[in-house]
Amino acid sequence: MATTSFTKKTLGLENGEPAVTPPTTETQANFLKKPKLAAAPPRKRDIPEGLWTKCKKCGVMMYDKELDDNLKVCPKCQYHFPIAARERIHALVETCSFEESDASMESVDILQFTGASSYTSKLEQYKKSTKLKDAVCTGIGRMGKYRVALGVMDFGFLGGSMGSVVGERLTRLIEAATGKGLPVIIISASGGARMYEGTFSLMQLAKTCGALAYHAKAKLPYLSVLTNPTMAGVMASFAAVGDLILAEPGAMIGFAGPRVIESTTQSELPPGFQTAEFLLEHGLIDAIVPRGEMKARLCSYLEYLMVGREQLAALGG
Amino acid sequence: MKYQLDFERPILELQRKLDDLKKHPEDHSLSVSFEEEVAAIEKKIEETRRQIFAHLSPWDRIKIARHPKRPFTLDYAESVFTDFSELHGDRLFADDPALVGGLAKLGEQKVLLIGTQKGRDTKENIKRNFGSAMPEGYRKALRLMKMADKFGLPIISLIDTPGAYPGIGAEERHVAEAIAVNLREMMLLEVPIVATVIGEGGSGGALGIGVADRVLILENAYYSVISPEGCAAILWKDRAAAPKAAAALRITAKDLSELGLVDEIVPEPLGGAHNNLPDMAQMLKAALITNLEALKKHTGSERLKMRYQKYRAYGRFVETQKKTAGLENGDSSTNGFPGAGAI
Ligand SMILES: [Zn+2]
Repeated sequence: MATTSFTKKTLGLENGEPAVTPPTTETQANFLKKPKLAAAPPRKRDIPEGLWTKCKKCGVMMYDKELDDNLKVCPKCQYHFPIAARERIHALVETCSFEESDASMESVDILQFTGASSYTSKLEQYKKSTKLKDAVCTGIGRMGKYRVALGVMDFGFLGGSMGSVVGERLTRLIEAATGKGLPVIIISASGGARMYEGTFSLMQLAKTCGALAYHAKAKLPYLSVLTNPTMAGVMASFAAVGDLILAEPGAMIGFAGPRVIESTTQSELPPGFQTAEFLLEHGLIDAIVPRGEMKARLCSYLEYLMVGREQLAALGG
Repeated sequence: MKYQLDFERPILELQRKLDDLKKHPEDHSLSVSFEEEVAAIEKKIEETRRQIFAHLSPWDRIKIARHPKRPFTLDYAESVFTDFSELHGDRLFADDPALVGGLAKLGEQKVLLIGTQKGRDTKENIKRNFGSAMPEGYRKALRLMKMADKFGLPIISLIDTPGAYPGIGAEERHVAEAIAVNLREMMLLEVPIVATVIGEGGSGGALGIGVADRVLILENAYYSVISPEGCAAILWKDRAAAPKAAAALRITAKDLSELGLVDEIVPEPLGGAHNNLPDMAQMLKAALITNLEALKKHTGSERLKMRYQKYRAYGRFVETQKKTAGLENGDSSTNGFPGAGAI
């Protein structure tokens, strides 16, 4: 296991928007090879490959570039497509301000999971397709005038599932925020806990919530943003305990999967069940915020929740 | 007819043979006396049972964990504890019969007992949702635990649930939040907490009352992130592959102990907990008292620190770079307990 010295490099985004992160040389090579946003999950394209995308909701055809420029939101119907973690970070933090943490941390097949498919091969497959090492990116960056501890999940990596790495990265992030007096913002996108790591995955629910307990005790704000989808083990842990909980429009949010509920209860699900709008109506979240407005909204909430702490946050504790 | 598991069949057949012999003593073998033959069969039964239970597969153990005759929380409330007095309701919406709680004595020690509760028959199972708790259950548990913390009563949690209830009302009343809040708040309760998985440890629904200083598990219980059937349906595209999933997930008491995810295995009587409740209750009681006494030697803040570290340590991964510039303050090796040194 070689240790690479810290180097300045890009986040792997278009036009090489600079940011500081300590990657391994191997990932750096990958980024250079394919600078385009590679983390978006594969999707069907009816016409000229790589140029057009058809909106899943309204069916309109749009240029990929148009979709990218609009943060992967359909300009016509506002359908929110999945967005890669790094792309989202890029849209949230001030240029050059994000320092990625624990980028070299990788999952291990601790159970030597044998079954229909091996965990190791799944990990390899998603590392290739997303250019990520696991399903969350964490680090400290600046949003407006605040330094924030930011964790962003990527549904493209094994359904955004939480195993040891996701749990550990988030826990370290939260602990660092507690130590430095920073707010925590976590953007969730996950099908739940990761089966391949068995009960280790389950324990990440308690681990992350435990770290948040002490962050809350230090009277620091935690903003939880729920995106499509945020379900099961992730929803039943850190995602549900924000001081403020926001959701993107149309996001699927819940504990049990809708098909499981249907088959268990033998009843028809109400219209819009488990959507962000349904949760808002039932009093379970604070607000629905479109992706394009998310940064401004988060910054404005921080103005209120960080009253008296501005200096601390600006100096980094 | 007594409920039998498929792998218990050889025992059942011998038992039948023994019953027949007792009914018709004139049929016994000519070479030995009636008494000798009875003794021989009884010995064979014991040997067979020992043989079978020495070679249980993970799936066999899950069947034992789900045995309809298996002792449930309220059985232990009466056999391990004394003076159990049930307390009801979350003070918000309802009382959840799938998650019970109350004051009780464990030996001389006054405690709060909480636990998920299955039904013994269909009627009771409808009432208790087969041990799958609603948001109200988790909120009731938290209400009682906070009360226990206020008055210095240790908490004993018994876990036996296939998972939190997947229902429309449960979602509308935010079962995910109810569980998550418990995970966070249980980390801050200063009284000792001992949790024991007595049957099924079904995912978040189990963990929702399972954050503890010591986590015990009965020999034939399991604790998993997903049911073997659910895992089989997703990864094998076939619920019938559940026995394979049960093995792959490594969710038996022995597996979890080897992985460092439980603190202690409580042995069950031969044939499983359902085969001998008095013995089972005695063993569980001894284990709970030993663990509680050890925890009582520490102060509340020491326990909080140890509890945090215990969960903090769960997780396996590799890192080529040890630490990252931005997060050095948060590394567990230097400051894993943010409440202690930070700020
Ligand atoms: Zn559209």
